[in-house]
Amino acid sequence: MQRILRNTRIAILLILVLAGLLAGRAIAQGGFPTDDDVNAVAKQLYCPVCENTPLDVCPTQACAQWRDQIRLQLSQGWTEAQIKQYFVDNYGARVLDEPPRQGLNWLVYIVPPVVILIGVVFVFSAMRAWKKPVKAAPAQGPSTEAPADDYVARLEEEIKKRN
Amino acid sequence: MTETTEIAPRRGVPLWAQIIIWVALIGLLAMVGVTLSKRQQGNVQPGAAIPSFTLPLFKGYEYQGKTEVNLSEFSGKVVVINFWASWCKPCEQEAAELQGAWVSYQLSGDVVFLGVDYVDTEPEARVYLEKYGITFPNGPDMGTRVSQLFRISGVPETYFIDKTGVLRFVQIGPFSSVQAIKSVIDPLVAE
Repeated sequence: MQRILRNTRIAILLILVLAGLLAGRAIAQGGFPTDDDVNAVAKQLYCPVCENTPLDVCPTQACAQWRDQIRLQLSQGWTEAQIKQYFVDNYGARVLDEPPRQGLNWLVYIVPPVVILIGVVFVFSAMRAWKKPVKAAPAQGPSTEAPADDYVARLEEEIKKRN
Repeated sequence: MTETTEIAPRRGVPLWAQIIIWVALIGLLAMVGVTLSKRQQGNVQPGAAIPSFTLPLFKGYEYQGKTEVNLSEFSGKVVVINFWASWCKPCEQEAAELQGAWVSYQLSGDVVFLGVDYVDTEPEARVYLEKYGITFPNGPDMGTRVSQLFRISGVPETYFIDKTGVLRFVQIGPFSSVQAIKSVIDPLVAE
């Protein structure tokens, strides 16, 4: 009987501990976004005004306002994709760290790897040619060698005469 | 006579591949050239006809009850388009002057002032508008489409369009007085 009571108390205690852990996790999830949460989104965006400055490190007042905007949207449950789309709708696609994969923007993703691949093929072909010169094909018939032999024969004869 | 190993002529890149490579290269260079030339064009200059655009308006800053306006509906009126932002300190220097000028023309109906909020956040934009008591129509430049149309280089910039839709004057930087604004508008109204 005492063992049953003790086990029951242990079970109740475990249940309370588990419930407390889950509640704590729920509170953390619904809490205010941290700076890390904000910067995780902001670093994927660029300052619309100061060129080439990621939003997470931009020191201007305007950038601080935009980071606050991200914080507000995160606290309202917006997803990262929704926030980025909001920025695109308001400030244009240039705020994204990666051009959207549509229209002519595909060139940005396709051209560099293709150019590099072509370059590698060229370099590889050139290196192969440098290593092994290709042997000439055998002569087609006696007519191609006869003039050279004849010339050499006459040359040697002339040399003999002079000697 | 010793035998020599002759090197046969290597086959080059096929002609079709050469054509494709050159066409692609020229195409890319052309794209870069067009983009660079656009960047170097600078602001839209006086004398240019301004194409129509649509500007959504902030709630409370509508034009005759409309929540968005199109430039084409202002034909026959002088249009003053002011690009600003709440984070722009020089913009604050002319905010009151612009409002003062607007008040002097509002009743006549000959002149329309449009404020275009450039890459801003709405809460801060509203604080700015309320701080300076601005009442003329104002709205956000969604996707920076309007500012790209005028090729602005920063804020504040103000563009004056005459009754026929032709750009007549560009002010880069803030106005210093209401009189300076009216000196641009009055001749256009008188035409």
